Amino acid sequence: MSPVFRAACERLTMLYFELLIQGLIYGSMYAIIAVGLTLVYGLLRILHVAHAGLFALGGYMGLLITNSTGSLILGMPLAAAIVGVVGMAIYRLCYQPILDQPPYVALIASIGLFIAMEEMFRLIFGPFGLTYTNAPLQSVVQFAGIYLRAVDLAIVVGSLSLLGALSWLSQKTRIGLAWRATVDDPQIAESFGISVLNVRYLNFFIGSALAAVAGVFISLLSNLVEPTMGGVPSYKALAIIVLGGLGNVAGTLIASLVLGVVEAFGTIYIGDILDRDAIAFAFLIIVLMIRPEGLFARR
Amino acid sequence: MGIYELSLATVVGINIILAVGLNLITGFCGQISLGHAAFYGIGAYTAALMAKAGMPGPVNLAAAMAMAGAVGVVVGMTSLRVREDFLAITTMGVGFLFLGIVRQQESLLGGELGISSIPTFGVGKMGFFVLVLVLAALSVAFSLYIKRSWMGFAFEAVADDEDTARVISVDVPAYKLAAFALGTALAGLAGGLYCYFARFIVPDDFGFITSISVLSMVAVGGIGSVYGVIVGTALLTLIPEFFRFISDYKLLVYGALLFGVMRFAPDGLAGLTRLAFRRIQRKGGAV
Repeated sequence: MSPVFRAACERLTMLYFELLIQGLIYGSMYAIIAVGLTLVYGLLRILHVAHAGLFALGGYMGLLITNSTGSLILGMPLAAAIVGVVGMAIYRLCYQPILDQPPYVALIASIGLFIAMEEMFRLIFGPFGLTYTNAPLQSVVQFAGIYLRAVDLAIVVGSLSLLGALSWLSQKTRIGLAWRATVDDPQIAESFGISVLNVRYLNFFIGSALAAVAGVFISLLSNLVEPTMGGVPSYKALAIIVLGGLGNVAGTLIASLVLGVVEAFGTIYIGDILDRDAIAFAFLIIVLMIRPEGLFARR
Repeated sequence: MGIYELSLATVVGINIILAVGLNLITGFCGQISLGHAAFYGIGAYTAALMAKAGMPGPVNLAAAMAMAGAVGVVVGMTSLRVREDFLAITTMGVGFLFLGIVRQQESLLGGELGISSIPTFGVGKMGFFVLVLVLAALSVAFSLYIKRSWMGFAFEAVADDEDTARVISVDVPAYKLAAFALGTALAGLAGGLYCYFARFIVPDDFGFITSISVLSMVAVGGIGSVYGVIVGTALLTLIPEFFRFISDYKLLVYGALLFGVMRFAPDGLAGLTRLAFRRIQRKGGAV
């Protein structure tokens, strides 16, 4: 093998590796947005578009608290808690009264809510977005031969450990048992003394808190929160939960990572024909035509 | 009628054609579509390109319909594979795919900058309004005719319970495709008219927000009800204009209204009207 050829090969391997890492960073961020969405879908059969509004709210809260206290350690959990409670309120005030309507009713109501939320962010916080006064986690670290920012690593590690904790909660605790029972069959769960209402509240709290964490992560990644930041992630998260088989948490996680990687490679190789969002949806349509129940059908 | 009122009325007419088309797919046949704006866009781009090539207006409108309808049949085929929420997300994906393709085609479709200086239809503003009005009336009449025809019954059966419809030997795939073909062809017609009305089109005119607005018009009016959809379309098209004095809060009001109607009157205006009539009748009976 000639040295020139070998050097070219190494460069290409390096590029692939970098793309893969980029894909995994985005993928794990998609995962924590999409998991909340898929939890809501699994329990209530609602496509919860306003989830993206909670994601943006999380970004704003995290940034405002971090800027005023100077501590991200305080900002991120507080943002998650506040947004979690808002999520519970949204369930109680918006979804509970229309649960027995056909599915498009909740879908359109949710879209209306999302538009109204975006507008409120614009009116309250201004149209141009906010930045961190002293952005945390921006130091550069070298990892396996490529340069990453601390925030990149924090996103991957943070997302995976949160999802690990979630899986522990659902598999190993009594709360998790009640949760899974309610997803399976709410009526029978209720007759065994499980409070379906409390399970739903918990579901919305956890899902919304995860969305808030994702919002803080993305604000750190770009050092910006803006009113429209929820838009694209929300549509993509919808695509992901469909790919993952609607309501299937493990499937959602894998679909998020796969989509992140497909996008990273797609923007390099077919970026001239399709933009990033279109690549994601082209992938979605192709997969659905082959497997109409998503990559991983629900149970 | 001043120029402003005239153009507003023209937009209402175009939106009625668009919404009546979606009502055929979603209201009559029960196939939810979150990508209706893509077909609106296909119609607009087809007509715009042909108009710029010097073709006559009526031919371009027909071509816009044919093109959108043809793509609609292809997209409709997905509805044979996936159902309900899966279909909603697939059609949403079609919308983003359309935008993604148009945005990257700079030489042919103008990319982000769109297509400008499209020639006029050549009948003047008033004449064009009359044309839109006639076509909107025809679309409504066609839609009412379909609803009462055998096809309308079959659509209703598919919307109600697809599997049972199949059991009583309704050809479900054929009717689904028919609904998509007709509905998207109407969207194409609306798109063709829009390109002559605006004479300047950009990809964002046909984005997800537009799909959602059309779905909102249908849902606020009352899904499946032709008259409801007309009223809903007129209301949602004109409301942002009424609220111009609070222009900064326009979208907030729009979102809140959408949410409010679904939360408190999920059957839309048509449902409210039916409810009111029933109350009046009951009172009349008691006296």
